[in-house]
Amino acid sequence: MEDHPLLSVSLHKVLPGGFVLDLSWQCHSEIVVLFGPSGAGKSMTFRLLSGLVTPDSGEILLGGKTLYSHARRINLTPQQRQVGYLFQHYALFPHMTAAQNILYAHPTPRTAAAQAQLQVLLGQFQLESVAWAYPGALSGGQRQRVALARALMRKPAWLLLDEPLSAVDLTVRRSIRTELKQLQRRLSIPMILITHDLGEAFSMADRLIIYDQGRVVQCGLPEEILANPASPIISEWAGHALPTHQPVFSF
Amino acid sequence: MEPLLDALRLSLLVSLCATGLMCVVGLALAWVLAMRQFPGKALLDALISIPLVLPPTVVGYYLVLLLGRNGWIGAPLYRWTGWSVVFTWQGAVVAAFVVALPLMVRVSRAAIEAVDQDLVQISATLGKSEWQTTWQVTLPLARRGILAAILLSFARALGEFGATLMLAGNIPGQTSTLPLSIYSAFQSGNDDLAQQMALLLTLVSVVVMLLSNRWTGQRWKPF
Repeated sequence: MEDHPLLSVSLHKVLPGGFVLDLSWQCHSEIVVLFGPSGAGKSMTFRLLSGLVTPDSGEILLGGKTLYSHARRINLTPQQRQVGYLFQHYALFPHMTAAQNILYAHPTPRTAAAQAQLQVLLGQFQLESVAWAYPGALSGGQRQRVALARALMRKPAWLLLDEPLSAVDLTVRRSIRTELKQLQRRLSIPMILITHDLGEAFSMADRLIIYDQGRVVQCGLPEEILANPASPIISEWAGHALPTHQPVFSF
Repeated sequence: MEPLLDALRLSLLVSLCATGLMCVVGLALAWVLAMRQFPGKALLDALISIPLVLPPTVVGYYLVLLLGRNGWIGAPLYRWTGWSVVFTWQGAVVAAFVVALPLMVRVSRAAIEAVDQDLVQISATLGKSEWQTTWQVTLPLARRGILAAILLSFARALGEFGATLMLAGNIPGQTSTLPLSIYSAFQSGNDDLAQQMALLLTLVSVVVMLLSNRWTGQRWKPF
């Protein structure tokens, strides 16, 4: 199984400002954390993976299915990629209630099957009491759970979570981390998430991918990366000496 | 009161028909201009907007060239049907439509462009087609701006004078809308009638402006 990654990504994209994104990584049904400084290309990776932005070249394979291949001229639309995508600020529809937001994602929202699935998700994410509230009246944590429930409504084959904890109170972060981990174990699909918090990255990741300036600096198990950091930011965090010959500032 | 009521009835008929047309054609154009990139987009935008800066009589002149019995569209139409839009109330509808269209397109385009693109994109990842997203996300969220656009263009259609005079003429009971009737009454020294009609049009305009300001000035609220 280890020889055949479930998700294989190899992408090249030059953005209008001249920023070059050139990356390649693979993963299985696990929690993958993309970590790196702002502007490293993590969110753009999600846009490319989900089909919202078309790469210049490369390939995206998911479970033997080609989502994008420049060489074979395949480019599935976002609708066809069966992705559960959580935007950074959740992008809930402000004119729909929590329940309507979740139902919206069902292919046939008016059926009894959709209603039944809605009830399951509302229960699972403890949203029964706010089902008829509009997003403007929900807390950060509730909005995040509505967005997650909406993403799961269409039974995604993989999940992309863009900074899922950034708009959530510090006190509930820990419980949400646990919930996300349990969710991934239950669904057994690739869950790729972006974070700026290195502590969060190490505590969540089955596989950690370090980004810098549009490239993958290092990819591996968190303990491997901690033992042999290839970037200054990780080595500093881990208390190692800087691996590169960078000037040491003194004050 | 009879001439006033006749003119009011005709004006409402003409403006409502023109507004109905604008709701279909204008909204479609606004959506295409807001959501799509294509060659010639700037030219299309400019062509739609020209009546905003051109004197309405010039717009009317071009409409006669286009739709008159010897016009590029008018001539074949007359040959096939024996009917011409010139000097008919339908001509007044066409004139009002063309002159008010830029308002409809510009205001509703701005409303569509103001909808958060994240919502449109997330809808695509949730498996919804562009059509479904337009009906269930974009238009409901832009509805206040679109309502304002409909009101403004209705008011513009109601006040249309120059292009209507050129294409439809000023035939009492047939093409004499309120603005044209005001002109006729004033010319013939019937100041009382002119004043009543002018007051009526002013009242309608004030109500429309108040409503459209109210709708454009507020963000979306559930109730």
